Amino acid sequence: MKRFFAFVKKEFYHIFRDYRTLLILFGMPIAQILLFGYVITTDLKDVKIAVYDPTPSEVSQQLVHKLESSGYFIVDQYLNSPSEAEAIFQKGDVREVIIFEAGLAENLVKEGKGNIQLLIDASDPNMGNLVNQYTQGIIRSYQAEMIDAPAVQGGINVESRMMFNTDLASVYMFVPGTMALILMLISAMMTSISIAREKEMGTMEVLLVSPLKPLQIILGKVTPYVALSFINAVTIIILGNTVFGVPVKGSLILLMGESLLFILLALSLGILISTAAKTQQVAMFISLFALMLPTILLSGFIFPIESMPEILQYISAIMPPRWFIVIIKNIMLKGAGITFVWQETLILIGMITFFIFMSVKKFKIRLE
Amino acid sequence: MISIQNISKNFGDVSALRDINLEIKDGELFGLIGPDGAGKSTLMRLMTTLYVPNQGQITMNSRHTVKDYKAIRNHVGYMPGKFSLYQDLSVEENLAFYASVFGSTIEDNYDLVKDVYEQIAPFKKRLAGRLSGGMKQKLALSCALIHRPEILILDEPTTGVDAVSRKEFWEMLKKVQKTGITIVVSTPYMDEASLCDRVALMQKGEVLKVDTPEAIMKSFPKKLFAVKSENQYALLNDLKSNEHVYSVFTFGQYMHVTLVDENGNMEDLSASLQENGHEEVEVKQTDAGIEDMFMYLMNLENE
Repeated sequence: MKRFFAFVKKEFYHIFRDYRTLLILFGMPIAQILLFGYVITTDLKDVKIAVYDPTPSEVSQQLVHKLESSGYFIVDQYLNSPSEAEAIFQKGDVREVIIFEAGLAENLVKEGKGNIQLLIDASDPNMGNLVNQYTQGIIRSYQAEMIDAPAVQGGINVESRMMFNTDLASVYMFVPGTMALILMLISAMMTSISIAREKEMGTMEVLLVSPLKPLQIILGKVTPYVALSFINAVTIIILGNTVFGVPVKGSLILLMGESLLFILLALSLGILISTAAKTQQVAMFISLFALMLPTILLSGFIFPIESMPEILQYISAIMPPRWFIVIIKNIMLKGAGITFVWQETLILIGMITFFIFMSVKKFKIRLE
Repeated sequence: MISIQNISKNFGDVSALRDINLEIKDGELFGLIGPDGAGKSTLMRLMTTLYVPNQGQITMNSRHTVKDYKAIRNHVGYMPGKFSLYQDLSVEENLAFYASVFGSTIEDNYDLVKDVYEQIAPFKKRLAGRLSGGMKQKLALSCALIHRPEILILDEPTTGVDAVSRKEFWEMLKKVQKTGITIVVSTPYMDEASLCDRVALMQKGEVLKVDTPEAIMKSFPKKLFAVKSENQYALLNDLKSNEHVYSVFTFGQYMHVTLVDENGNMEDLSASLQENGHEEVEVKQTDAGIEDMFMYLMNLENE
């Protein structure tokens, strides 16, 4: 036990005396969560639109007003002719042109029918889709109000309610994702680098020629990172909650427990990497390529798993962050308890067992 | 006792050691002498259980390096070629860490490392990375000794260290030896061989000779001459092309020369050099050192 504590103490010295390690440990999580939260957002906000309205009327003006007051759109300019639309799109600022037909208000009254054309810049397809949906939604609700007023007409009235994330804020998505990403990177990368450093500096040679058992060396290296990564997890949750208002609806203890589980998983993966990497550089590259990209792309963090090609869906099933993201989304946003996430939790535990088994098996008690 | 029997070690197609047999007695200060690539480090890593031999076996105080590797790891002190210190830990922290790794403390075995450690104690708060080569070496030795090993294995401890520190280091080793610890030390410096009780001369994965330094020097089979003139370069070339000369090596400011004919004498050599136009020729008979023997054996080996 004394050996173990001496080892952990030594490891803490390494961490606290290297400002680059410290920066990665504590600077990166904060920077990333802020970046993902603010910059990479798929929310509509202040999208610039242009309006062509040959016969301004109460109806068209109320509509434009509705669009603007939604907060999603800003009217950038009024056009003199529909043919200006293309030139405006080419300038790039305006995403949507709304063209009201001539005499819209009159037609509505006379024929009970009016036409509006939406021209949308779909060079960014996701954005185009969103703009389309939001605009139609606003027009539809305006229409409903109009109809409500005088007489009742038939038809199906669809009312959707967005559960668990009423505002469709993408930050709800990014906080769990970023948490998975950061814990994965920090834990796996830092442990694999620090073990590889012992090999590179030749100190591993002496550790091997000592009575320390492989498990003691591994545990000694890993323990400090468990503690530090846990602090990171807490920081991310607090930041998400205070800065972005992401709620923690479920049990905080369960959330922390699952985070700890995921940290252990990432650490065991880091150990496995270090058994293969001889130098710090190799360890870093493997960690970055093998962990960062799949975590971002295949875990459902940014791209929904359901819309991936089938083969990628299978690959994503072996990505640890995928399950963790499901777990914390359920706990944080839906307030789910362990009864709803036990399957994912079991998968994580299974992965940890596998990685630790492999690492201890692959850990070399000798040089090669 | 360390007993090395028929040891061979290959790395892929490269054969690093071939059929090595050595016996190192208890309490002995034993030197492995040879140039880079002779196989010294490989042999030491075999002894410290870091490698598994392809053939043969080693026992360290009757513990087998493959079967009983765990037991050996409790009782061997090892200092690898690179001083294996944590650069970002202080002198004191390094020592305390290595002590605790072996389940010991600095206080327990302070008497053993006292002589070495006292020299670096004034710098105990300094990070190991900021120490000079000589101080690093002393710290590494302290770290290897702190758990009171039965056998101490030092891989080129004096390489890259200044002459004064080297001398001090050997004096320390002598003191450590007095406590009864068996010491195996490797060095590429021939002049350090005479400080060992016995040495093994190694070359290209083979042991050329094992004996006390004195016996090795005495066993030099030829008369050895030290030759000097005012033009050393021309002298070397002339000696090399001289048919009476068996071997010639530069040795400080002298050339060490042996002759083909056992009865050849200094006067003939001196005369033939003057014929070649050398001035201020000086020829004298001299005693062979370890290096002369090494060169001689290497020559034999190559023929």
